[in-house]
Amino acid sequence: MNEQRVSEILTKYQADPGAVIAILQDIQEEFSYLPKNALMIVSRELDIPLSRVLSLATFYTAFSLKPKGKHPIHVCLGTACHVRGAQLVLEKFERELGIKTGETSPDMEYSLDAVRCVGCCGLAPVVMVGEDVHGKITQTKAAGLIKKYKK
Amino acid sequence: MAEKAKDKTYRLHLMVCAGTGCVSNHSYEIKEALEKEIKKHGLENEVTVVPTGCNGFCERGPILVVQPGNIFYQQLAVKDVPHLVEEHFLKGRLVSKFMYTPPEEKKPVPVLNDIPFFKKQVLIALRNRGLIDPEKIDESIARDGYKALVKALTEMTPDKIITEITLSGLRGRGGAGFPTGLKWQLVRNAASSNGGGKYIVCNGDEGDPGAFMDRSILEADPHAVIEGMVIGAKAIGATAGFVYVRNEYPLAVQRLSIALDQARDYGLLGSDILGTGFDFDIQIKRGAGAFVCGEETALMASIEGRLGEPRPRPPYPAQSGLWGKPTCINNVETWANVPMIINRGAKWYAGIGTETSKGTKVFSLVGKINNTGLVEVPMGISLREIIYDIGGGIPGGKAFKAVQTGGPSGGCIPREKIDLPIDYESLTEAGSMMGSGGMVIMDQDTCMVDIARYFLSFTHEESCGKCTPCREGTKAMLDILTRITAGKGTEEDIGLLQDLALSIKDSALCGLGKTAPNPVLTTLRYFRDEYEAHIRTKKCPAHVCRQLNIYTINPETCVKVGRGCDVCRRNCASDAITGQKNEAHVIDRAKCIKCGVCFDVCNFGAVKVD
Amino acid sequence: MPKLKIEDLEKIREQVKRTTALREGSGFRAKVNVHMGTCGIAAGARTIMNAFIKELETRDVHDVLLTNSGCAGLCSQEPMVTIEIAGQAPVKYVNLTEKKAQEIFEKHVLGGTIVKEYALGIGSEKTDY
Repeated sequence: MNEQRVSEILTKYQADPGAVIAILQDIQEEFSYLPKNALMIVSRELDIPLSRVLSLATFYTAFSLKPKGKHPIHVCLGTACHVRGAQLVLEKFERELGIKTGETSPDMEYSLDAVRCVGCCGLAPVVMVGEDVHGKITQTKAAGLIKKYKK
Repeated sequence: MAEKAKDKTYRLHLMVCAGTGCVSNHSYEIKEALEKEIKKHGLENEVTVVPTGCNGFCERGPILVVQPGNIFYQQLAVKDVPHLVEEHFLKGRLVSKFMYTPPEEKKPVPVLNDIPFFKKQVLIALRNRGLIDPEKIDESIARDGYKALVKALTEMTPDKIITEITLSGLRGRGGAGFPTGLKWQLVRNAASSNGGGKYIVCNGDEGDPGAFMDRSILEADPHAVIEGMVIGAKAIGATAGFVYVRNEYPLAVQRLSIALDQARDYGLLGSDILGTGFDFDIQIKRGAGAFVCGEETALMASIEGRLGEPRPRPPYPAQSGLWGKPTCINNVETWANVPMIINRGAKWYAGIGTETSKGTKVFSLVGKINNTGLVEVPMGISLREIIYDIGGGIPGGKAFKAVQTGGPSGGCIPREKIDLPIDYESLTEAGSMMGSGGMVIMDQDTCMVDIARYFLSFTHEESCGKCTPCREGTKAMLDILTRITAGKGTEEDIGLLQDLALSIKDSALCGLGKTAPNPVLTTLRYFRDEYEAHIRTKKCPAHVCRQLNIYTINPETCVKVGRGCDVCRRNCASDAITGQKNEAHVIDRAKCIKCGVCFDVCNFGAVKVD
Repeated sequence: MPKLKIEDLEKIREQVKRTTALREGSGFRAKVNVHMGTCGIAAGARTIMNAFIKELETRDVHDVLLTNSGCAGLCSQEPMVTIEIAGQAPVKYVNLTEKKAQEIFEKHVLGGTIVKEYALGIGSEKTDY
């Protein structure tokens, strides 16, 4: 882990304890997870007990304590997606990637998560890969979508 | 370059939708292709391409509206662009093959306002959708942006502003429908302790699954929200404001930050706004993925950098909010309505809608409906008009079963109530609620027990865990519902569900828990027969609860009609299907995982589900 | 950037409104339709189109719709335009030059008087948008 980057992020927010969530978000974005060392630095620099930093890190679903894949896949399970078969799509991704929801593939290429409504309900069922939104994804389209992101 | 100067006149403006929906359908590629083709034909001084916010008709994206003329093109592909540019923009001939044909009509409809989806809409909160580039403050100003602010800062006292909002009858668009003017009055009257100061908050933590109007407003017209907040700040006497935006909305955050920077550059935010001596500024706070943060006390805790856990009210935020100071929280759509009320007057606004629900409401129309998208309609319009006239009815000629409103706090309204006028009171009376405006349409293939289970699993997961009724009660209800959908329910389960629901409603700490049983209560009220079918016959009438489904292949149809096409076998997820071309295929029940792919891919109707 | 005063905001509004008013889509008093088929363009219709754009700009007119259409079928007399004033029969003008276009804009589109010496005929077919 690059401690330099953590310091830069802390400097950006002037080590303001009120900005702890934003700081954790930037760290999550930088490393694709919250490394243990980073949390300890945050705790020390902001003078917030590590237990409190950890409680934030586990309360909010945007944070992960384990590294995510290069292509994080988020299958939307919002209501509109649900009635159009999103659960089956999620299970199809599990089978295709050989991992369970919440896990990362051993080669660190993909991670799979379910997400609560990305607000793109007009195109349900919706799957996000990184920041790209893909609409009208069915079980039969899932494999093709994964292939698109293969290097 | 001169061609992009403010005062350059173009004969054609190509308004390309750049809302999240259309962007995911490659609208930026369309924009680039248009610009390239326009240049190729030497039209760059006559035709301009403008990226806009969401048009609302997401189903048909990517969307291009040509002005003047309001010509509506839909579902464009990059390969269509050269033909379109040459025919329409060079030669002036409309291209009907890229136009939209409503389901009940034979011919395409060229003009946007003639399309039934748009015809019945009344745009107030969405007034600038598709008409401006949200990243250019000047275009917003040209559409009377910040005009209401000038009026509020120079001609109106804080009391006058509050009176105007009160008389307009505007109520909170985030869900509960609290009168906005009254809320402002309470915050204005509240004494600020320790050194003074009050806050304005915009709740953009649009968590209800199935609702996306706030995202759309922030993406299409961020200045409307900013202007509303500055007016609110003047009315209550605040000097700082926050917009709390969901983590899942990166584009909204991006457009809002651009808008805030531009407003600051122009002196419409910051100190001495427009030289009037009024100071106010706004910061963005990004959510971190917790549904409960849509609840106002949890949201404030999250802004302060704490766990997003709700606390008991009172004290209400109006007395003790952010950092203990009086705080006025309204949602995105509410703020976007404010400038229009100040500009056109309370009387005008109150002239729209019903006795108790004034103005318009934005709904997201999603689920089993032909025209999915975002619509803004006057309060009091009937469900029937929304579903059939605007929404174009149910796809595939299937039967309408119910509409779910109000997200996980709301309920399901059955077919019998299709003529219900939509306002705060009648939705509550029907057992549901307005909520933030999600309308999920369900047809004969939707199982209402599964829907109840879905919402309970949602609230159970999103429960912050602070109070027992919500943490344990939703778990107990979810267990019962899961049991029923697995065919293991008993007759007593229905009564038990009802008892649990009522006690959670009475005893939970915050809105999330208090309303969590609503989806169960309404489905029990209107669709009890579906619960009974699952319990007594161990069957799911809509074939949604997979554990109760049995898939078989009709050998005769498979061979005679489909000639044993083998598509089901190749697509089967668990190698449960055997058979060869021209032969009848067979499903091995022991291997079948009931994913339903065979049913979906069979073009001959040979796969049956019981 | 210097902070705006109320007058400046008003100035921006007026200035930008002029160029974006076209998007509102309705309320046009008149329509100028430049015929831009292959033949029209070859005969110089593009110059005529630009002349009208310039007129709209310099005279600050925004209730006139400038549009184009395909060949009018009378290729020998290109470049051509059809002027429609709301509520009146359309008029076709032929063999246009930049100068003639300016004159037509001033006299007919703004003044309401048909410039007979350049007109082909009055009451030709109407267009529908």
